[in-house]
Amino acid sequence: MPVTPVLELRGIDKSYGAVKVLYDVAFTAYPGEVTALVGDNGAGKTTLVKGIGGVHPFDSGEYYFEGAPVRLGSPRDAAALGIEVVHQDLALCENLDIVENMFLGRERTRGLALDEAGMEAAATSTLSGLSVRTMGSVRRRVSDLSGGQRQTVALARAVLWDSRLVVLDEPAAALGVAQTQQVLELVRRLADKGLAVVLISHNMNDVFAVSDRIATLYLGHMVAQVRTGDVTHRQVVELITSGRSGDLGLPR
Amino acid sequence: MSTDIPKGGPSAVKLADSDFAADHRPSDLGGALRDYWAQVRSGDLGAVPAVLGIAGLVVLFTALRPETFLSDRNIANLFTQALPVTILAMGLVFVLLLGEIDLSAGVTSGVCACVMAKLMVSAGQPWYVAVLAALAAGVVIGTAIGWLVAVVRIPSFVVTLALFLGLQGITLWLVGEGGTVPVRDDVIVALANKNMPVALGWALAVVCAVGYAASQFWRWQRQSARGLAAKPVQLVALRVVAVAVVLLAGTYLLSQDRAPSPLITLAGIPWGVPLVAVLLIICTFVLGRTAYGRHVYAVGGNAEAARRAGVNVTRIRVSVFMIASTLAAVAGIVAASRLNSVTPSEGSGNTLLYAVGAAVIGGTSLFGGRGKARDAVLGGLVVAIIDNGLGLLGTKAYLNFLITGSVLLFAASIDALARRRRSATGR
Ligand SMILES: Nc1ncnc2c1ncn2[C@@H]1O[C@H](COP(=O)(O)OP(=O)(O)OP(=O)(O)O)[C@@H](O)[C@H]1O
Ligand SMILES: [Mg+2]
Repeated sequence: MPVTPVLELRGIDKSYGAVKVLYDVAFTAYPGEVTALVGDNGAGKTTLVKGIGGVHPFDSGEYYFEGAPVRLGSPRDAAALGIEVVHQDLALCENLDIVENMFLGRERTRGLALDEAGMEAAATSTLSGLSVRTMGSVRRRVSDLSGGQRQTVALARAVLWDSRLVVLDEPAAALGVAQTQQVLELVRRLADKGLAVVLISHNMNDVFAVSDRIATLYLGHMVAQVRTGDVTHRQVVELITSGRSGDLGLPR
Repeated sequence: MSTDIPKGGPSAVKLADSDFAADHRPSDLGGALRDYWAQVRSGDLGAVPAVLGIAGLVVLFTALRPETFLSDRNIANLFTQALPVTILAMGLVFVLLLGEIDLSAGVTSGVCACVMAKLMVSAGQPWYVAVLAALAAGVVIGTAIGWLVAVVRIPSFVVTLALFLGLQGITLWLVGEGGTVPVRDDVIVALANKNMPVALGWALAVVCAVGYAASQFWRWQRQSARGLAAKPVQLVALRVVAVAVVLLAGTYLLSQDRAPSPLITLAGIPWGVPLVAVLLIICTFVLGRTAYGRHVYAVGGNAEAARRAGVNVTRIRVSVFMIASTLAAVAGIVAASRLNSVTPSEGSGNTLLYAVGAAVIGGTSLFGGRGKARDAVLGGLVVAIIDNGLGLLGTKAYLNFLITGSVLLFAASIDALARRRRSATGR
């Protein structure tokens, strides 16, 4: 019996005003697998992710979540389904502290009041799981944090919840060597727990190290979605830069 | 960089456990002071300017008018003078937290007061019906502003500027050209003109002080028991003592007999003061301890981030204008009580300027995302002291305008500089 994909998109179109960004895109993400989404700058990766997360819903196309067709109108809908997105532009509130950001929109309460202690404890343990050493205090304001630390907060925010699909838009872009390694480990662990993980990265080493499948966007077209073991480094680079490689990708 | 991660198996690399050292280190007063100083240096001044302002102004006016300014009567006067502006400012704090503005809050208070007065005088309604109607009028006005700002997306300053004019028209129409509506109902008049029995005042002050201490220590105990980030206990104690001293000293001053003749006694806390205290407690709780309050700060800090986190940004936007206008209605009722009447110009003129000034002087940022309910109280006192002191000095009207305008500009500059300071230090 074939596995039901956690996420399946078919015939997705998306325009920003007069600019068409995604053309008839198909995309699947399976449970227990890391699907890498690659493509040049401006290929439409972030646009696809924003559609998946309900931030900017798609114009048309079919969206299946765990086999069932769904319609996402807002990020809240996506969160309710169990979709967590770490956005490329991190989307944190600088005037709030780390704990407040991690629980934003889904605060724990006791009666009317916030359960600050409970949230702080949960945030601390999640961050500890991410091996964050240099943050100092979980009560620091996000405005005081470095770019990499912010990225870690955004990541921690996504893994805090019991989700089915985690989408990471260049989560390691601002991270140091050790932190990148940790993010990749985390990505792998999430997939091993049975989640579907979508990872966007420009680093081919990372992509090959961690992914099970690679999906390539080229100028808004999905040119190939293949198993990582079936392609070489060079082929993927060709797909990214010219949209085809041998018999993969766009027809000649 | 070569990464080799086993697929499908458990992670091979043992993850180092982290330490949030600062959260577990027993914090002391020195550390807290250093943290605070770092915060001030990076442009987050908190309540300091307002407290210094109050102290400085009290010294100044005492020096200039030694026999009148600090007299018991004038102090009671000062408190009632501060009531409407403080309540108005407290509502504006919510709007300012989103980086929006409500220029019509002052005239909203006028319209609502007018609705109340007309209902009592012309329709013979009891005070509670009239008050409820005034509050309802506030809710309606706030909803309209909120809808235009949050749904239609007209900039709030344009919407409320339009209402600033339009609502004055409504007040004028309700009151009638040149007329005033008298307010004679005992309950309403008592709000700003009658005092609590002295014993009740003391009881209330003690209850407030003990309640504040209990809530602070309880919170500290809960945090430190679970090994969470907590302020040093000495700092908590210091704050509790400071609040208690202010509460009891204020009560003492207002409990002195301030009657102009020895034949009668006039003492006690004006009824409007506990009203402000209740509003302060509610607003502080809502902003600091509820999910709603957290969302207000989040939308003010980064609306798009809040939206992506699942916050209903539109609803938050509408709600803050509703709160501001409703509190404006309360402010209008108190102002009508103080003046025993409603005039067509009620709430226009410098009412709004004073309220915005109060919020900003208290430490609320005009850029959104930063501010507290208590800012309205601290700033409201500053504004009332200036107004009261200039009155005692008998300054000319033109100077009054100039001075008050400058104070607002000064406070806004501190806010803007603090913001620049924050971005300079990467905050
Ligand atoms: N809000 C927007 N309005 C108009 N055009 C947009 C908007 N966001 C993105 N675009 C356009 O859509 C195209 C795809 O952008 P997108 O951000 O999805 O690329 P990307 O693959 O994520 O690139 P990168 O690797 O640089 O992050 C680009 O040509 C971009 O100019
Ligand atoms: Mg992108």
